[in-house]
Amino acid sequence: MAKALDPHAAIVTEAVGLLPEGTLQTADGQPLSRALARSSRRARRRAFLLVLPLLAFILLTFVLPIGQMLQRSIKNDGFSANMPQLSAWFDANPRGTEPDEAAWGALAADLQAAAESKTIGVVGTRINYDMAGTRSLFTGAGRKVRDGLEPPYRDAMLDIDQKWGDPRLWSVMREASSPYTGNFYLAAMDRTRDDNGNIVQVAEQQRIYLKLFMRTFWLSLIITCTTFLLGFPIAHLLATLPMRKSNLLMILVLLPFWTSLLVRTTAWMVLLQQQGVVNDILVWLGVIRDDQRLQMIFNQTGTIIAMTHILLPFMILPLYSVMRTINPSYVRAARSLGATSWTAFRRIYFPQTLPGLGAGALLVFILAVGYYITPALVGGSSGQLISNMIAMHMTQTLNWSLAAALATLLLGGVLILYWVYDRLVGIDNLKLG
Amino acid sequence: MAVAAGNDAFVVFDHVQKSYDGQTLVVKDLNLSIGKGEFLTMLGPSGSGKTTCLMMLAGFETATHGEIRLNGRNINDVPPHKRGIGMVFQSYALFPHMTVGENLSFPLEVRGMNSSERNTRVARALDMVQMSKFAARRPAQLSGGQQQRIALARALVFDPELVLMDEPLGALDKQLREHMQYEIKALHDRLGITVVYVTHDQGEALTMSDRIAVFNDGRIQQLAPPPVLYEKPENSFVAGFIGENNALQGNIEQLEGGKALVRLGNGDLIDATPGNICEIGKPTTVSIRPERIEFKPSLMPAGAHTLEAEVKDVVYMGDILRARLKVAGHDNFVMKYRNTLGQVKLSPGETIRIGWHPEDARALDPV
Repeated sequence: MAKALDPHAAIVTEAVGLLPEGTLQTADGQPLSRALARSSRRARRRAFLLVLPLLAFILLTFVLPIGQMLQRSIKNDGFSANMPQLSAWFDANPRGTEPDEAAWGALAADLQAAAESKTIGVVGTRINYDMAGTRSLFTGAGRKVRDGLEPPYRDAMLDIDQKWGDPRLWSVMREASSPYTGNFYLAAMDRTRDDNGNIVQVAEQQRIYLKLFMRTFWLSLIITCTTFLLGFPIAHLLATLPMRKSNLLMILVLLPFWTSLLVRTTAWMVLLQQQGVVNDILVWLGVIRDDQRLQMIFNQTGTIIAMTHILLPFMILPLYSVMRTINPSYVRAARSLGATSWTAFRRIYFPQTLPGLGAGALLVFILAVGYYITPALVGGSSGQLISNMIAMHMTQTLNWSLAAALATLLLGGVLILYWVYDRLVGIDNLKLG
Repeated sequence: MAVAAGNDAFVVFDHVQKSYDGQTLVVKDLNLSIGKGEFLTMLGPSGSGKTTCLMMLAGFETATHGEIRLNGRNINDVPPHKRGIGMVFQSYALFPHMTVGENLSFPLEVRGMNSSERNTRVARALDMVQMSKFAARRPAQLSGGQQQRIALARALVFDPELVLMDEPLGALDKQLREHMQYEIKALHDRLGITVVYVTHDQGEALTMSDRIAVFNDGRIQQLAPPPVLYEKPENSFVAGFIGENNALQGNIEQLEGGKALVRLGNGDLIDATPGNICEIGKPTTVSIRPERIEFKPSLMPAGAHTLEAEVKDVVYMGDILRARLKVAGHDNFVMKYRNTLGQVKLSPGETIRIGWHPEDARALDPV
């Protein structure tokens, strides 16, 4: 009956009836999916062309350099490329083989070649990464072997410096003979290899990175919590005020974005230092005595205060955008149903702000973990984060491989947190704006 | 059913005024008594103060002046959660992060009820709105009509004596709305609760209410049962706001035995009943319902004054025919007549004479 009334129904039934079950086809008998793909191909091609410039830009300026950098964390051919004969000997003889005359000969020949091509410094630097104080051994030997050595090479080399006989040096050179190594990751986790190639912790006073990682994550957590505690009431106020007033307040929230980072950080120095404004006021008020001035900057406190200030907008904005969409009638409904204002907040309002809170917390945490300039300026020694160590290896020690290994570990840590967040809260619950 | 038996002043607004800015009054001197078990509708255009009154009753707004009493007790300073008033919101306000069952259980939980009693009550409330199968769903998984039922059940689950509804059917399509009107009315009759219902839909107000308070400009213009409101509007605003209405301007010429003769601008005389204008010589607007106009002399009362009318067009509406007439210089005079077998066919350009019973035309304040 219904079919008879609807003229299209009959046609559709007839067309479907002709086909093998399961695949729909167009009127001229092509599979529907292929026809659909063809008809939308033009639109897709245009969309792709539109994003192509950005894609190329990101590939060239982000993916490629970062990939290069990350590669350095496992690859360093400073030794293997410049010491080919010794590297070949290491390849041919398993670990534990005492260096024979052929090995010493290869060492001498490689050193001579490297000295002539002026790459001996690179070789020394590479070995120096794994065994401190060996760079001068190489450069020193380089000067002496330039005129050639007489066999037996073992004695000749030991004549130059007794340290060449150190089994640990040979172990390190064996490690470096392959361009690919995990040693930088070991170093980044305060581990090293002993003479026999076993992974051990470095000496107590040299363990810095793990502690720094812990401190970075811990401080980031504290900063996330303080931005939440300070930002939540502000976001709520902004979301409930009339648009005109909230826009004005929003400008105040965004003001930090428009002020130079350096100016803001310097302002904190003026305020927080021992002879600074805050301490002066506290002394003047009699809260503390003149000799009790608080140390609020160039330590962890300084890092926390300055970074909380800088990252606050990243917490407020997602919270605000989520709170704006929460209909005030939810809280009213809860109140009319008999809930006190606290219960209505806890059970009804707060759970609905979670997507914004999640986004804000994730944003602040990830930014804090990688923050560099503020801790460098106001952190002193106890407020330094892992990024400051990465910067140091990039610019001062020039151990880029170690810097890359540290950065990769940091990235890995953030990704793990992201994954945990996804499992606990669900990433589609994230609302950034 | 008019005002139900029992307490005649269950909810009382006593000289209530409300101002948001200290400059203008949104609600001007409101006096209103609502009886226990009554279904009272606050009807009015947006900005007329009806929602503000509801919010003051619920406790979300405070009265600037005057007193609101619930069951004889002044509730001006009682916070919303202690008033024990159920409320249905226009947006339903079902908590999106809770299931239907949790939504219903919420008011019982905050009252400290134990879980077995809660479950019984929730089941009973869901059963009442025929939604028992949906307890585990989230509000977002329900249709508009289903959400509406849950909102209703949630407002009733803690057995409030007074339930407020703020345009609860505004978001539903016409068919569903009519169905829900019937269901809400049936629930009201069955449970004997007092309902204060806010709407701007006059059809909804007419079909559901025991009494309707028509709001305009911060005042109640008329408070009456639906038939009285429709047939005997007290002023031109009510006449124009409720239902379709024809308005003719003129002056009262003669008053006699509860009837008035009104002379129109073009000199014609018409019959009317004095409304809020009852003084000879005063300007007035005569209001007549389109379906009370007769054009067959046999159906008019003896001695009725008639007017010449030119048919402009006739719209076929199925059950009725709607003719637009030119009367006394006005183009938009509407007449409705039944579409019966053998009904006279009017055609545009035709001239007829129309008239009415004097009780069907009311002389009200000039617009």
